[in-house]
Amino acid sequence: MKMFEVTYKRRLNSNMVWLKIYAPLVARKARPGQFIILRTDEYGERIPLTMAGHDEKDGTIDLIYAAVGRTTMLMDQLEVGDCFADIVGPLGKPTHMDGLKRVCVVGGGTGNALAYPLACGMHAHGVETVMIEGFKNKDLVILEDEFRAGVDELYVMTDDGSYGEKGFTTAKLEELIQAGEKFDEVIAVGPPMMMKFTCQIAEKYGIKSVASLTAYMIDGTGMCGGCRCNIGGEDKFVCVDGPEFDGSLVDWDELIKRSNYYKDQEAEDRAHVCRLTGGVRYHD
Amino acid sequence: MINLVREKNPMPEQAPDIRNKNFLEVAEGYTEEMAVNEAMRCLKCRKKPCMSGCPVMVKIPDFIAKVAEGEFEEAYQIISETSSLPAICGRVCPQENQCEGKCVHGKKGEPVAIGRLERFVADWHAANYGDEEITPVEGNGHKVAVIGAGPAGLACAGDLVNKGYEVTVYESLHKTGGVLVYGIPQFRLPKEIVAAEVAKLEAKGVKFVTDAIVGRAITVDELMEEEGFESVFIGTGAGLPAFMKIPGENLLGVCSANEYLTRINLMKAYLPEYDTPIQYAKNIAVVGGGNVAMDAARCAKRMGAENVYIIYRRSAEEIPARAEEIHHAVEEGIDFRYLTNPVAVKGTEDGHVCGIECVKMELGEPDASGRRRPVEIKGSNFILDVDCVIMAIGTKLNTLILDTTNELAANSKGGIGTDAGAATNRPGIFAGGDAVTGAATVIKAMGAGKVAAAGIDEFLSK
Repeated sequence: MKMFEVTYKRRLNSNMVWLKIYAPLVARKARPGQFIILRTDEYGERIPLTMAGHDEKDGTIDLIYAAVGRTTMLMDQLEVGDCFADIVGPLGKPTHMDGLKRVCVVGGGTGNALAYPLACGMHAHGVETVMIEGFKNKDLVILEDEFRAGVDELYVMTDDGSYGEKGFTTAKLEELIQAGEKFDEVIAVGPPMMMKFTCQIAEKYGIKSVASLTAYMIDGTGMCGGCRCNIGGEDKFVCVDGPEFDGSLVDWDELIKRSNYYKDQEAEDRAHVCRLTGGVRYHD
Repeated sequence: MINLVREKNPMPEQAPDIRNKNFLEVAEGYTEEMAVNEAMRCLKCRKKPCMSGCPVMVKIPDFIAKVAEGEFEEAYQIISETSSLPAICGRVCPQENQCEGKCVHGKKGEPVAIGRLERFVADWHAANYGDEEITPVEGNGHKVAVIGAGPAGLACAGDLVNKGYEVTVYESLHKTGGVLVYGIPQFRLPKEIVAAEVAKLEAKGVKFVTDAIVGRAITVDELMEEEGFESVFIGTGAGLPAFMKIPGENLLGVCSANEYLTRINLMKAYLPEYDTPIQYAKNIAVVGGGNVAMDAARCAKRMGAENVYIIYRRSAEEIPARAEEIHHAVEEGIDFRYLTNPVAVKGTEDGHVCGIECVKMELGEPDASGRRRPVEIKGSNFILDVDCVIMAIGTKLNTLILDTTNELAANSKGGIGTDAGAATNRPGIFAGGDAVTGAATVIKAMGAGKVAAAGIDEFLSK
């Protein structure tokens, strides 16, 4: 096996892909909630991705991503047997599990991939785990069977009602709480706006909320400061202080603005789809 | 024969208005004639004050004497006895505070250009003997791990491999060199020089493992207990960038110098074939007065900014950057705003930087550092129109290794605690460079790496 070789590739829906990658140094220490930084090739940027799982015995890590940006579009070009230039990790602090009895994990869209090891990890740790998966529509639903096998209760929600129950994950969360379900913690994994509202519902009912944040970063070890965010009035680095923070302390509006910093450059990149997906870099 | 001219031979350089648009090296280096002529300025003082200013005690008068005789390779061998990275140190050492600061010539004129001569000798060797085959050193059977492939780690690994140790260097980034590759720009230190030094170490038998974060992927204790390393050197650098804690610092367009420089130097944002995103701003304020601030400002100019300001709260007397960097920055059109301190970053409605509010300062009584303390002039606030602010005000120590190594003790500054011999409180674990001292210089880190190598050798020879 070559270092950082793709050993498995499965398309989960129209734009999401599950990869297993040989990265033994990362796999031996990876824990739910931690992330890696990858570089596709010599010319690639360094991007952080939360791991969707790992297998210490095989020395592989799991990444589930949506091909929406320059790097993820390039990742889509990699097939089994191809290699990433770099995978470094595990980074960030693992999900806090000790002392918890019952939690609700709420995943939005791509965030469900990252919620997967977290929710199943909680369950395996002896924490009773309720999972709420949310998607735009039926075509985008992922990991339903996997979650069903790995958590105590699963609810699948779609915005348009084309699969599972109709409605937002936040509505389901509130419904469960109002019906008398007790949670020590609500953990939100997904787009910032979805996490913001999920955490607000938890707060409304006096339940501790945790949000798994993503941010621009280069090194992932605290050196660049690009991922800094305002947590309870203090600057924290997502890479070393996070990625999970108390949801009630996150300055969501600032986080949402900062996560769009390179939006224009990224939109320009997407306009060059032909160059990006022509596979020129890998197969010439 | 002694050359009695009071000034240094000038360094051939790219013209300022040409070089501030490219990333090629600014200083082009002495010719053989210039080097010999400069070497003949050395007075061969009996007390060798220059050597006392060098953290690694390069035999300066001896190598300069060889340059004067035209024996450049012999000069190189003399430098190599004590310095591992002469091509790098000749370029980035703050010579005016070290060797050249002690030169007797400095009293009535300019000191001998020791840094330029060191660079000349190293470059001459690389050009004429660079292809020489290096034979791996015969091993002594002891395994040592070095954490961090920056100047401290490279110097430590170099000395250890020469003594026969089996050395493995762990680096968290995807490329070796540490601050020499992510921080110092190409126009000041070409990355090919760093790569050549690393290749030399590899040829001698040093193993490099990139993408390996010690403290996360593997701990110091595991290296010693499971991987069979008898000794470990920690040279992980300074770490987390400091911010000013002023309003508006998290607006879009404010970044640390570490981030800005890493995008450009390590991630090559200045070359079109690389994907690295970077903000192309028209007016950039760089806050700080150190070498990192100068590097960021000069990169910003090269990335196409029209106006680049250095905002520094003290005066030109106190500014800590290397004299040559300030001189080059001024020549390249960087606008220095001394005695000026930012109080807030101003933003547009959509959250982008549109200005930096500053206050004028005056110098008061000396503070603990001995420098006159800058004091705000009330009511002197003004706004500088900028669309990007780069903070270059130093770093805080990264505690990852301290947090993940059993019973490793910190020093009073929060760095890794060591004695004068670079030994920590844990037997066999040594540390040096910015991870111990906080942000300092390449040569001091190199010096610490060498002290640690000697300590490790003594520890393992017992």
